[in-house]
Amino acid sequence: MDLLEYQGKQLFARHGVPVPEGRHATSVEEAVAAADEVGYPCVIKAQVQIGGRGKAGGIKLARNRDEAREHAEAILGMDIRGLTVHELWVERASEIDSEYYASVVFDRSAKAPLLMLSTKGGMDIEEVAAEDPGAIARLHVDPLIGFQEFHGRRLAFEARVDADVVRPVAAMLAKLYEVFVSEEATLVEVNPLIVTPSAGGDGAAREVRALDAKVTLDDNALFRHPDNSELRDLSKEDPQERMAKERGLTFVKLDGDIGILGNGAGLVMSTLDVVAEAGGRPANFLDAGGGSKAEAITNAVQVILSNPDVKAVLFNIFGGITRGDEVARGLIEAFHQINPQVPFVVRLDGTNDEEGRRLLAEAKLPNVYTESTMDGAAQKVVELAREAEAAAA
Amino acid sequence: MSILVDANTKLCVSGITGREGTFHSLRNRDYGTNVVGGVTPGKGGQDVDGIPVFDTFHAAVVQTGANTAMIFVPPRFAADSILEAEDAGIELIIAITEGIPAHDELIVYNTIRKNGRSRLIGPNCPGILSPGKANVGIIPAAFFSEGNVGVVSRSGTLTYQIGNVVAQRGFGNSTIVGIGGDPVPGTDFIDALTLFEEDPETELIVMCGEIGGDAEERAAEFIEANVTKPVVAYIAGFTAPPGKTMGHAGAIVSGSQGTAKAKAEALEAKGVRVGRTPTEVAELAVSLLGAAA
Repeated sequence: MDLLEYQGKQLFARHGVPVPEGRHATSVEEAVAAADEVGYPCVIKAQVQIGGRGKAGGIKLARNRDEAREHAEAILGMDIRGLTVHELWVERASEIDSEYYASVVFDRSAKAPLLMLSTKGGMDIEEVAAEDPGAIARLHVDPLIGFQEFHGRRLAFEARVDADVVRPVAAMLAKLYEVFVSEEATLVEVNPLIVTPSAGGDGAAREVRALDAKVTLDDNALFRHPDNSELRDLSKEDPQERMAKERGLTFVKLDGDIGILGNGAGLVMSTLDVVAEAGGRPANFLDAGGGSKAEAITNAVQVILSNPDVKAVLFNIFGGITRGDEVARGLIEAFHQINPQVPFVVRLDGTNDEEGRRLLAEAKLPNVYTESTMDGAAQKVVELAREAEAAAA
Repeated sequence: MSILVDANTKLCVSGITGREGTFHSLRNRDYGTNVVGGVTPGKGGQDVDGIPVFDTFHAAVVQTGANTAMIFVPPRFAADSILEAEDAGIELIIAITEGIPAHDELIVYNTIRKNGRSRLIGPNCPGILSPGKANVGIIPAAFFSEGNVGVVSRSGTLTYQIGNVVAQRGFGNSTIVGIGGDPVPGTDFIDALTLFEEDPETELIVMCGEIGGDAEERAAEFIEANVTKPVVAYIAGFTAPPGKTMGHAGAIVSGSQGTAKAKAEALEAKGVRVGRTPTEVAELAVSLLGAAA
């Protein structure tokens, strides 16, 4: 689960990572009240999970209440690369001396958390890595030992951060690691991590703050973090994906017109590829899972057909634990309940496949075609989708 | 020969008294696997259709000499159960459970690695089948027969799909290893390729990868340097959009990392034949085996 900036910053604050003071708002009135509370100048920031918010006009500085109102009105409802802005974060403006980069990444390859620190913050870190890899200091942490103070110190020195902020930067790394482990994140990223100018001269120490927050939480661990599992991103909620989730189905919406159902993540991914190879465009990924019972199949058909773009549906089942007769019963039940108007191609193989095919043949469902191979089924469904498209044109 | 599981396997199942645990333990026993016991805390002394149940893995090992564990408990208990089996000295631990938190997997992986006495397969895997010898897990054994094709895969049903086409042409399998679809698998392609390379019965290796991580790329390097047997590969997820988890927790394209295209190209660059569809993979395997025979 990817968090919005403000959700990440609220987690940061809970763990003592220094962040600018801010408030969440979902209306212009709330935003103005929030701006009054944090004080001027403040920054009005669109809360959507996509890069380039600033360039798109989704981040604005407000020096007074009129400007706060004006910016909030402009940003709420704005479309940023396909996402509609429903939420704002209003935060006190920060003065910036330097911009750094810091992150903790779940490194699958090394099977250990990876800490990264760079003084080249404020820009796309993948670009920095490509152009000047030496500018990023990296260090793996043994998860059995956890973060030690030397990790932070070593990174700060190796990244050559300014000498006066070695301690606060190392301290922030320790806190970010704490967020990573205790919230069970797979990514904690701060870009930029800023160094503020010395307040009033006279040796007052410079401070560091997280000016942005990018946090990805492990969905599989949410049962241990009930508060986090309540976090929502209104701009990303797709009604079809929500419907699938409520029914316990693994579903990803895609932008084509051929509905797909299969059992097992690998087989479904492969089915999408084979349909694309045959010239079709899948409308979704749907894994009905192992041991699917008839009811799950009926649910799945309802979710697939709730997308009006779907012109044909492909069932690709290779039964292991899943039984072909159960799949057939589910499909027959779905036809009785919702009487679909689009053609179905069904490929049943594996456990109880003959029984399943016999049930389907006896049911004489309108517009249901059975195929014996995965490739044949893919070709057939692409053909049917094209016919439907031609008929509609 | 075969790898990992065979007639010497003495299996102990964690979660044997649960619905799925009972079903698959008995199914494995029916296939001929030597299921010596099960573990369910608080149910020690009971039995599941004659299979004795113990309160702890330690008791099960002492009483039965179990050398293989299968983990069937829910995700929140799974890491603990794996670590218990490891602590009891079990050599091979096969974790079927799907949905184990990623940070738990890090602790489990690094602990097993540090102690160096056990091998973990999975989690989130269908298990291991050595046709004619032993079946540990949920692989439907009926579709496979004894033979000389070794299979290692991140996906269950996709393996059945490919294996079935190969079987229809009259070829069987030495062993089928499901390494699982999670981000931190206990055993990766390289480990399985090493075992198949050493196994005299295995003549050809099929590896099924998918989007996410860099295990396939690393396997490509390894194959070039260390594997003399022919390897045929398949990669699922060419059409997967970036940033979306495609069912398996580990199947996600992050930014430009982990794409199917990059994996297929890395393998092909090292001389591994990559099929574009499961059928094509099976055809490639069959043609190479035909040439060898």
